[in-house]
Amino acid sequence: MAKHHVTATVNGDAVEFLCETEETLLDVLRDTLHLTGSKEGCSSGDCGACSVTLDGRLVCSCLVLGCEVAGRSIETIEGMATGETLHPLQQKFLEHAALQCGICTPGFLVASKALLERDPDPTETEIRYWLAGNLCRCTGYDKIIKAVMDAAAEMRTS
Amino acid sequence: MRYEAPETLDTAVALLAGARGDARVLAGGTDLLVQMRYDILDPELIVDIKRIPEIRAVTEEEGGWRIGAAVTGAELKEHAALGRAWPGVVEAANLIGSTQVQGRATLGGNLCNGSPAADSVPALIAAGAIASVAGPRGRRDVPVEDVMIGPRKLSLERGELVVSFLLPPRAKGSGDAYLRFIPRTEMDIAVVGAGVSLTADDAGTITRARVSLGAVAEKVLLVPDAAQAIVGSRLDRAAQERLEAAARAACRPIDDKRGTVEFRIEVAGVLTRRAALIALERARAR
Repeated sequence: MAKHHVTATVNGDAVEFLCETEETLLDVLRDTLHLTGSKEGCSSGDCGACSVTLDGRLVCSCLVLGCEVAGRSIETIEGMATGETLHPLQQKFLEHAALQCGICTPGFLVASKALLERDPDPTETEIRYWLAGNLCRCTGYDKIIKAVMDAAAEMRTS
Repeated sequence: MRYEAPETLDTAVALLAGARGDARVLAGGTDLLVQMRYDILDPELIVDIKRIPEIRAVTEEEGGWRIGAAVTGAELKEHAALGRAWPGVVEAANLIGSTQVQGRATLGGNLCNGSPAADSVPALIAAGAIASVAGPRGRRDVPVEDVMIGPRKLSLERGELVVSFLLPPRAKGSGDAYLRFIPRTEMDIAVVGAGVSLTADDAGTITRARVSLGAVAEKVLLVPDAAQAIVGSRLDRAAQERLEAAARAACRPIDDKRGTVEFRIEVAGVLTRRAALIALERARAR
């Protein structure tokens, strides 16, 4: 069967790609569009390393088919910084050493950005629940939570 | 593997009914894609139903609420009026998975995945929700408790799909609640789930009730005996004990890595009592 021809918007740019039915959005992002910032951890929606937003909604790109996103808008970690200027969340992750191996980091950043766009002043508990679907095996989470809280505070005053 | 995303219900039904091999409905994909990934399923056809407007809508209908089968948990949470009318249903749906999963997971998918531990199903059954099913022979209404007949087994016929759920009008003094037990605070599968919906009169006496239990049998159970145990009472200690006993008597669970038979039966009583107390508190507040 012929591949699906899909047009969508990724990080504000119109993109076109061909995909098989069984290819996930994560497969398309990484292997076809070469946006390798979204990581493949579990491929079953448990780890959150492949987090992106789809029409503004936080999802695991491993649980979305490539052909499902026709006409829709996707934001990935590659769209987070503005040129050479890091997003405040990215800057605070660096300052708080909120990463070690870094595999989970793109997912945490995309998920945290989605939270702060909905709620600029979340409590620590709200942040922990929101990020419960992002797993990190290095930091123990505290530095990540502190970085998100610090970024939120800075973004509220800027 | 074919993929179709029809924009009308008739087209979806025709595709499902006409498939040569295994055909699967794709709503949020949080179960389907995982089962495909693990080679549990290898469908010939996937029918994505999310481009059909009525399957994606929440609307008021004759004083009740109609929820499209492919409305996501995140969308339910953001629907303030629905949350006021049916807090237990919305909370149950929001217990499924992470924020990311909530962005995709749906009530229709949770039911049609056919798991006895599905969190939203006991809440829907307690609510008296009716599934609207479309198929080659037209539309029919099916009480949610009659959709699932066993693990991964549904009463739907070939070509049929769940379009929406109708939650009935809410009488004054009504409340619902859903509780589940998991060994951690988030992101796990219910070891036991209990849904209760009830109505109380001005004196606080329960006039109507429905009780449903998940993860304690081959399917999610409606437990009329448990409801009967509290109707006519004000949920005093004696009524609570009758409720616990009736809930436990309905359980026929399995032993597995998440819980033993004895544990599930014990917890089913406790959760049913606690859910009923929350539902009554909510009923009194309205």
